Amino acid sequence: MSDAPLTTSDGRPLKAALAQAQARARRRAFLLVAPLLLFVVITFILPIGQMLQRSIYHDGFSSAAPALQAWFEANPPGTAPDEAAYAALAADLQLMKANRTAGEAGTRVNYTLPGTRSLFTSSARGADKLEPPFREALLAENAKWGDPLVWEAMRSAASPWTSDFYLVATDMQRTADGGVERVPEKERIYLKLFGTTFMLSAVITGVCLLLAFPIAHLLATLPASRANLLMILVLLPFWTSLLVRTSSWIVLLQGQGVVNNVLVSARLVDDGARWQMIYNMTGTIIVMTHILLPFMVLPLYSVMRTIKPAYARAARSLGATSWTTFRRIYLPQTLPGIAAGALLVFILAVGYYITPALVGGADGQLFSNLIQFHMSKSNWSVAAALAGMLLAGVLVLYWLYDRLVGIDKLKLG
Amino acid sequence: MTSATLHDDFVVFDHVQKSYDGTSLVVKDLNLKIGKGEFLTMLGPSGSGKTTCLMMLAGFETATHGEIRLEGRNINLVPPHKRGIGMVFQNYALFPHMTVGENLAFPLEVRGMGKDERETKIKRALDMVQMGAFANRRPAQLSGGQQQRIALARALVFDPALVLMDEPLGALDKQLREHMQFEIKHLHESLGITVVYVTHDQGEALTMSDRVAVFNDGRIQQLAPPADLYERPENSFVAQFIGENNKLQGVIEELDGGRAVVRLATGELIDATAVNIREKGQQTLVSIRPERVEFKPELMPPGAHMLDAEVLEVIYMGDILRTRMRVAGTDDFVLKCRNTLGQTRFAAGERIRVGWHPEDARALDVI
Repeated sequence: MSDAPLTTSDGRPLKAALAQAQARARRRAFLLVAPLLLFVVITFILPIGQMLQRSIYHDGFSSAAPALQAWFEANPPGTAPDEAAYAALAADLQLMKANRTAGEAGTRVNYTLPGTRSLFTSSARGADKLEPPFREALLAENAKWGDPLVWEAMRSAASPWTSDFYLVATDMQRTADGGVERVPEKERIYLKLFGTTFMLSAVITGVCLLLAFPIAHLLATLPASRANLLMILVLLPFWTSLLVRTSSWIVLLQGQGVVNNVLVSARLVDDGARWQMIYNMTGTIIVMTHILLPFMVLPLYSVMRTIKPAYARAARSLGATSWTTFRRIYLPQTLPGIAAGALLVFILAVGYYITPALVGGADGQLFSNLIQFHMSKSNWSVAAALAGMLLAGVLVLYWLYDRLVGIDKLKLG
Repeated sequence: MTSATLHDDFVVFDHVQKSYDGTSLVVKDLNLKIGKGEFLTMLGPSGSGKTTCLMMLAGFETATHGEIRLEGRNINLVPPHKRGIGMVFQNYALFPHMTVGENLAFPLEVRGMGKDERETKIKRALDMVQMGAFANRRPAQLSGGQQQRIALARALVFDPALVLMDEPLGALDKQLREHMQFEIKHLHESLGITVVYVTHDQGEALTMSDRVAVFNDGRIQQLAPPADLYERPENSFVAQFIGENNKLQGVIEELDGGRAVVRLATGELIDATAVNIREKGQQTLVSIRPERVEFKPELMPPGAHMLDAEVLEVIYMGDILRTRMRVAGTDDFVLKCRNTLGQTRFAAGERIRVGWHPEDARALDVI
């Protein structure tokens, strides 16, 4: 063999000939995939990209206040506002009044420094009457205009690109000298709920695994006809509306619900001390476990079905007790299914919204409920930042999972 | 193998019956004694009950009735992991998540054996099957034959006195299968272990066994050393199941001790040895091995009957010439002769006469 590249019998390089021979098939394959690709780009990649952009981009103030923006660019951070700065502010307030953008601009600054939205709306209302010297005029209008924190916030908002929303989402705020600090103890809600969400999801995943493992094993070992019947029972919840399932849990678990009534009539529980099983964290765990159970059963079942009973028999014949056989032979072989089911359930649980909203009460709320809260208040930017955090959290977990278990070991069915 | 060691009742099936559904018996009244150091093969078509018997012995199935004894002890209620029986499974059942070394260590670990002793035993077992260099491989990285060897080593590594093999060579190609047959046979001889081997391949059974138990319909049809089984089948099932076999159906015309004369449906007479024949006039199936059919009158005993035959085709098989002919109304009467220098070669359409020694034809029951 020589080192020269191989050629076809008429002297063309083999690689070129191969590429040409396959080009047609490739083109056709691409055309077949193209509609789905387009669909995914339009409905998945673009919205996620836009959501992530919203979490770091807000031009509500920067587009409404061009004069201030120019002043901030001309003067380095920490410069005390001079008359020129107040003149720019007055000009911008007049512009805001003319364009009716004071609310939007105020909202943006409000993210960075809460309690400043009304400052803009009320000052803009009387902006036409402002006369030089503007510093005195504005301070007379509202003494807050002299607050360096307000100026720091406006400087921060003057650039449409910002990390302020992520600061809010991680319970941080800006200090007067441009640094960041944690918000006071009692105002910290986001990180705590972030942790609670992951903890609750882990609990739900664990309970799902404990419940699904025996069912999946039973499914995998029963003769086909009976396994099919059981499979229908597992899948039945899928065919029922999520709302109906959640509501039926309310019927079961509420104070005057079926479970409590049975317990009271069986004299296991005193009528005055009925169990609080819903509208709290317990309710969220119970109902979400039920709803997510099939996502654990199915991957486990698909893996267990492929484990031949001969392995267990071989282990037994080699002298292992049934417990050792389970622990050392059966369980390790189900790991791909456990891994897939756990990942699936966990990721679904972390982003779950409707069930905690309905049955979570005060302490059973998850991160998604907070995102929804901000969206309902039109705080799109903070909602986007929170969603971005959730996405990052899941991606980190996914990466960890790949490192620890290996994504190639995943078996979804 | 001497008969003294053959029958010292190492494993005993005593009136064992097995039913899965409560309405039919898969194993019907099995009585079998296996000697220490014996290589016994359970041979039979699928559904004959042979695998069920093996599973009962291993402890994965319980006998519905009767007793199974190992070294004189009733083991009906002993769980499989306390029986100390090695087993080789049909598809090897090597644990896929463990390396070869870990697979072999498993039976030693569950017995609480120390690390040094384990490694010595694993090395010895792997060397025994010439797989010493493969301890760190995963089963999926091995070929079928190599997996087979590892499965064998794993069943032997904890020194069991009894090893069960459930069609262990079924998944191998022909050449490898024949090679492994000899290796298993040699291991059996050098280790002095008792082997109970289940197969549906009669060639395997004949090659390897001290004795073969032919199963059909939940019963042992015949229990005999390979040569007896092939040359002296006791009923039609065994005659047909083991080896190739010419069948001629007829009625007993004369019965003189062990010697019988049979009148075929076409009216011709043939000689045979009566095996399970009770009286004159009984229907019988005469079985003659293709290699025992003679076509040279000078090789026939005086006075023996011969039949007209028309050659239909000659198949050249290399070492053997297989001649199919029409004899007494059947189209599939086969004559096999060695492909030697000067061997007579027939042509299709040729008319000859065939016969056999009366000892080579066995008059059996009709099934």
